Amino acid sequence: MRGIRAALLMAAWLSGPALGLRLATTTSVYDSGLLDRLLPAFTKASGVQVEVLAVGTGQALLLAERKDVDAVLTHAPELEEEALRRGIIAEPFCLAKNSFLLVGPAGDPAGVRGAKDIRAALRRIAQARALFVSRGDRSGTHLKELALWQAAGLTPQGDWYLESGAGMGQTLVLAAEKGAYTLSDLATYLTVGRKLGLVALYAREDPLLLNQYTYYVVPGGARVKEAQALRRFLATEEAARLVESLKVEGQTLFQPLRGRCIIPGSGGR
Amino acid sequence: MEAVELWEIALRSLWVAGLATLLAALPAVPLGLWLALRGGGGLLGRVLLYAGLGLPSVVVGLFFYLLLSRAGPLGSLGLLYTPYAMVLAEAVLAFPPIAAFVLSGARGRVEEVRLLVLSLGGKEGQVLPTLFWESRRTLAAALAAGFGGAISEVGAATLVGGDIRHHTRVLTTAIVVETRKGEVEAALALGMVLMGLALLVTALLVILERE
Repeated sequence: MRGIRAALLMAAWLSGPALGLRLATTTSVYDSGLLDRLLPAFTKASGVQVEVLAVGTGQALLLAERKDVDAVLTHAPELEEEALRRGIIAEPFCLAKNSFLLVGPAGDPAGVRGAKDIRAALRRIAQARALFVSRGDRSGTHLKELALWQAAGLTPQGDWYLESGAGMGQTLVLAAEKGAYTLSDLATYLTVGRKLGLVALYAREDPLLLNQYTYYVVPGGARVKEAQALRRFLATEEAARLVESLKVEGQTLFQPLRGRCIIPGSGGR
Repeated sequence: MEAVELWEIALRSLWVAGLATLLAALPAVPLGLWLALRGGGGLLGRVLLYAGLGLPSVVVGLFFYLLLSRAGPLGSLGLLYTPYAMVLAEAVLAFPPIAAFVLSGARGRVEEVRLLVLSLGGKEGQVLPTLFWESRRTLAAALAAGFGGAISEVGAATLVGGDIRHHTRVLTTAIVVETRKGEVEAALALGMVLMGLALLVTALLVILERE
């Protein structure tokens, strides 16, 4: 009997802390360490445990639709707008922003360094038929990439255009191995891509390259109150400072938005 | 990655795969023996069982995800994204190798055992338990195969476990995360631990078999 009880206790311990709030998020905010910084502070303040599912934005919204998660933190304004309209997610809070950038091999075979804007840079890649890796997974970064190709007036196809179907970090690994270009968010590039030898080739201030992360509560989820508590915590000055203080080699990864959305529609309060 | 977390992840892998193997063995061992008694279970039975050896783990994962999702038929149990969901999916994956190993190990002994039982005045109903006892040595290989498949599986573990840190992260899903983050050394270390564990458990089973 004692053996069984010990085994049950062991199982309870091994299965982790009591079930808490479930947050589906993009791989970029997880892999960069942003959530490791924010969530312990929230748990300390509120006593609520948070379980993080690091998936792409598309999958995060699908999990929200099936009510398998209680909140999402995503970065694809058009998809979010549609989900908001359908009532899948609610109560947006614009948490942070940074920018997308075009990275590639130091040799820059397509010469995107000298392009006058991002559209011209993409046109040069297509013209040179230089290898380009697309995420291909309906993540926020993938949707942004597709929108940029469209803005450049191109439909990328051919043997130079590869789809990884993987997260940002893995896609950067693939790009580094193949000597290919890819679109990355700043945080994952700084934490993963740079040590692989990839170079930021087009990283200028450009409204087209804005990357905005928004938090949403999933209405009808199992833990709406806890999800709203996390939203209140993210709106505090303490959370904004935590976002701001995350740095890699002196470079800030995310700028806090404090609820002030830049891309309209996604989080207009 | 800190040593404490590594231990936590390794232990979780061990108990999830271990429990899945036991759960699968409970029906798989009798099924294998029963099929052996029926002359191998006929062509269809064998084809189905051996095809099960190649059961794609992501398909099993997808099936359990849809089953256990809050919008799914068993959503109210709240099992999705818990270690128990992983146990269920991995048990399904461990079932075919265990049954197949038991079947092929026992098949050759059926007539011998039946003759022995009947000649000692036993009844037909006693053949199965005797066959079980006589095939106990293949059991080690069967359990090792089931366990090896369960602990090294990643597709279903990700879909139904969600790879939640301190909750459902196991060695295989941790390797994916560390690789994604570009922490290749950590991923490699986790891979070593994974192979070490599989080897250790197999060695344990083989030693038990010899006794």
